[in-house]
This record gives sequence, structure tokens and C-alpha cells, in this order.
Amino acid sequence: MTEPESVESLAFEVAFQELEEIVARLEQEEHTLEESLQLFERGQSLARHCARLLEQAELKVQQIIQDDLVDFEGES
Amino acid sequence: MSQYTLFEPLVWTISDLTRYIRERLESDKNLQDIWVQGEVSNVSRPASGHLYFTIKDRSASLRCVMWRSAQTRQVYRLQDGDAVEVHGSIGVYDQGGTYQLYVDLIRPAGQGILFQEFLRLKDKLEAEGLFDTALKKPIPAWPRTIGVVTSPTGAALRDILHTLGRRYPLAHVILAPSPVQGEDAPARLIEALLSLQRIKPRPDVILIARGGGSMEDLWAFNDENLARAVSASGIPVVSGVGHETDFTILDFVADLRAPTPTAAAELVTPDQVELRLSLAEAADTMVYRWGQLSQSKKQQLSGLNERLMRSNPQVAIRNQRQRLDEIERRLISQVRHFLQLRRLGLEAFSQKLVALNPHAILQRGYAVVRDTGGVVIRRQRQVTPGEKLNVQVSDGVFGVVVSENQAAVGEQND
Repeated sequence: MTEPESVESLAFEVAFQELEEIVARLEQEEHTLEESLQLFERGQSLARHCARLLEQAELKVQQIIQDDLVDFEGES
Repeated sequence: MSQYTLFEPLVWTISDLTRYIRERLESDKNLQDIWVQGEVSNVSRPASGHLYFTIKDRSASLRCVMWRSAQTRQVYRLQDGDAVEVHGSIGVYDQGGTYQLYVDLIRPAGQGILFQEFLRLKDKLEAEGLFDTALKKPIPAWPRTIGVVTSPTGAALRDILHTLGRRYPLAHVILAPSPVQGEDAPARLIEALLSLQRIKPRPDVILIARGGGSMEDLWAFNDENLARAVSASGIPVVSGVGHETDFTILDFVADLRAPTPTAAAELVTPDQVELRLSLAEAADTMVYRWGQLSQSKKQQLSGLNERLMRSNPQVAIRNQRQRLDEIERRLISQVRHFLQLRRLGLEAFSQKLVALNPHAILQRGYAVVRDTGGVVIRRQRQVTPGEKLNVQVSDGVFGVVVSENQAAVGEQND
């Protein structure tokens, strides 16, 4: 196993996909206890990370003006 | 009909005549499946939901009826004074004694020309292969950045932002504002599309959207140059223009057609409600699986431990010890048995011994004679006259002297 990237720095979709892979591996393969524990712990922190990202997410809206990005305020 | 005939002249009933007229009209191909143009008047929408109106030109008028069932596909809403083209078939309303047009489609006048143009362009681009499904770029399932080409003030943008915020607030939306109708709309739409292809971060997908409207309102999206720009886009494009029933050239050339702006936003994003469910499910699965794994490892462990204990040398020693004890126990019991047997044999022997005891014979009157040296005298020639001998009888010993030595009675023949 290569040194895994820190969970905190992962983008949501990357973390989510890795989580799905881990669940699939835990379900389908036989591992040593050590490996299983590592997968389990990483999966847990990925799940927490994803949930936190969703919880904190707020749609970011910008618009292009003269090839530059400026925040879009939009009339409500 | 003044001519006299043999028979009474044929007199129609009104019903029969009306039915005859209706059958004539309804069997005339020229009166079925036709387009008629005129100006609308006397629009009436009673509670039944059916639509009644009249269309007229300078010198004639035509009564029209559109059944409620035919109106479900109708987006255009009719008003007095509108110039329209209506499609349908001529039929007869028996009770009213009138013929009328049974309408299934109404469109504003002039749309026919636009529609022809639409078809011409569609055929042309289709022939060029711009709509080939092989050219369609896949829509990413997890867009990080979503480009939107639409009016910054339109309902379409509001719907899209609302939908994205509800479903996938992780997205970064980049709006490329553009008018969505009018003379310069096509050129501005193209420029907006191009600006999204230059911007960093590069959008993963681009939505081109506009709310509902008439065919003229949506006309900018039937622009040939816009179609070519979309086709050339390196970023997948999703169209969400008008309502479900509206089709534009953009819909055909886009990588994915959504029926409305809201639907376009839904098609390009996962729903966070489902994501949360998946997350919870993943967490549950992991906990369950971990429990299973550790349980099975525990079982394996205790199985191994049992086997280990069985192969423990101390256990082997204990087992050997036990075997030794066993052997010892058996040995002792064998010896006891042997001794027992011997004791029994001994008793039998001693009884025999008792039976053979010479003292018992002395009791019966026999005596044992010994010389002074204690040697038992068995033969006559062992003694000489005058020799002292000891005689033992049952209760004691007395001495005798040999008087003479005669040949024994029993040994005369020796």
C-alpha cells in the first residue's frame, strides 16, 4: 500500500470514490487484520470528511466579466 | 319538384340529412388534416375545459372547437385578435346544424416559416453529422465546476442555482452571462460559451439554458453558428431550453438534452440526499464488516490457541505422566493378583502338608526309630545288638537297646 493522501485534503468526489472502493474491498476481499483495520479506519475518516464537506458546502457562484471571475450576487 | 311521379317525393328527416352531409364532409380528404389561417375571435373557455373560438378573414369565418384532451400538448395560449394557423379536420355539429373545424394544434401565424427554417437547418446539420451520437461527450458524474450560459436575470438561472444548491452545494458555478433572445443573442451566446472554455478553473460541464417562451423567443437557440460552436466545444454541453415540448437545434447538437433548465441542473449533479444515504450506508457496511472480520479473527485465534495448548510440551508431559501412573497401577494390580494366586496355592499346599505330617502317623501307633546320631533307622542291618536307639512315639521319645539282630521277617528273601 502506497502512503495514502491525507483525508482532509481530498476533494469530495475523490474521497467519496475512495470510500466506495474501500467498502467494496472490505466486502469482497480477505485481508489481514492489520490491513482490514487500516481500511476500516481510513474509510471511517473518509466518510466523516465527506459528511463534513456536504454539511459545510455552500454553492459558490461567480460570473465571468471580461474574462475575469467575480462573485455573482444575483437579485433575490 | 313539380314533376308528377308515380311515387311520393323523398322527404328527408333532418337527422338523416345532417348525417349524410357529415359523411360527405368527413370523407372528403381535402377537408381533413388541414392548416387554416385567420384571426381569432369569440374565444370561449367554459368549465368543460373545451376551447371554442372563431377564425375569420375579411370575408368569411370558421367555427373552431378544440377538445380539452387536445389542449394538453398546447403551450401557446390563444387570445382574441391573434393571427393564428390552426390544424384539424372539418366536421359537422349535428345539434347546431353547423360545420366546424375540430382543432388539434394552434400556432401563431408566421411560425410555419420559422418551422420550415428549423427543419432545413436541422436536416443540414444532421447530414453533416453534427448530431452523431459518436460525437457526444460523456457528462461527468461529479462536476466540480459547472459553467452556465444564460441570462443573469432570467428564471432559468434562478431555477438552476436553486437546484444546484439543493442537490450539490459542493459545486462551483461559473455564470457566463448572455442575452437569450433578440438579434444579438446568438453571437453573445457563442461568446459566453467560448469564455467558459478559456476560464480557469475549467468547467467540467456547461449548461446552456433559457426558460419557456414562444418559438420566436427561443429562436436564438436555433442558430447555426451556435450549433457549430457547441459541437466544437471541448467541454460537454447540456441544453435546457424552454419547456418539455420545445425542441431547438441546440438540443440536437448538445451532448445531452434536458427538457428544462431545472432538469439540466439535475442531470449534471448527484443529489446530496442520496449521497448522505450512501455515506451512512457505507459507514454501516464498514462497521458491520469490521465486526464480522474481527469476530472471525477472534474465532480463528481461539481455534489456534486450542491447537497450541494441545501441542504444549507440559501437556505432553502430563499425558506421559498419566500413562505412567496408569501402567504403575496396572503393574501393582498384576502383582497383587499374582500374590493372591500364590497365597491360594500355598494354602492348598499346606493342607496337603498337614495330611502328610508324620506326627499324624505316630498317633496311629507307628514310631520313628533313630540312632543316637539322629539318623532314622529304615533297615535292619543299620543296627547292631547292644546299640542304643531312640524311639519316638506320638507323645515323646524313649530309649531302647537292641537285644539281637534277626533277619527281618519281610526281608528273608533278600
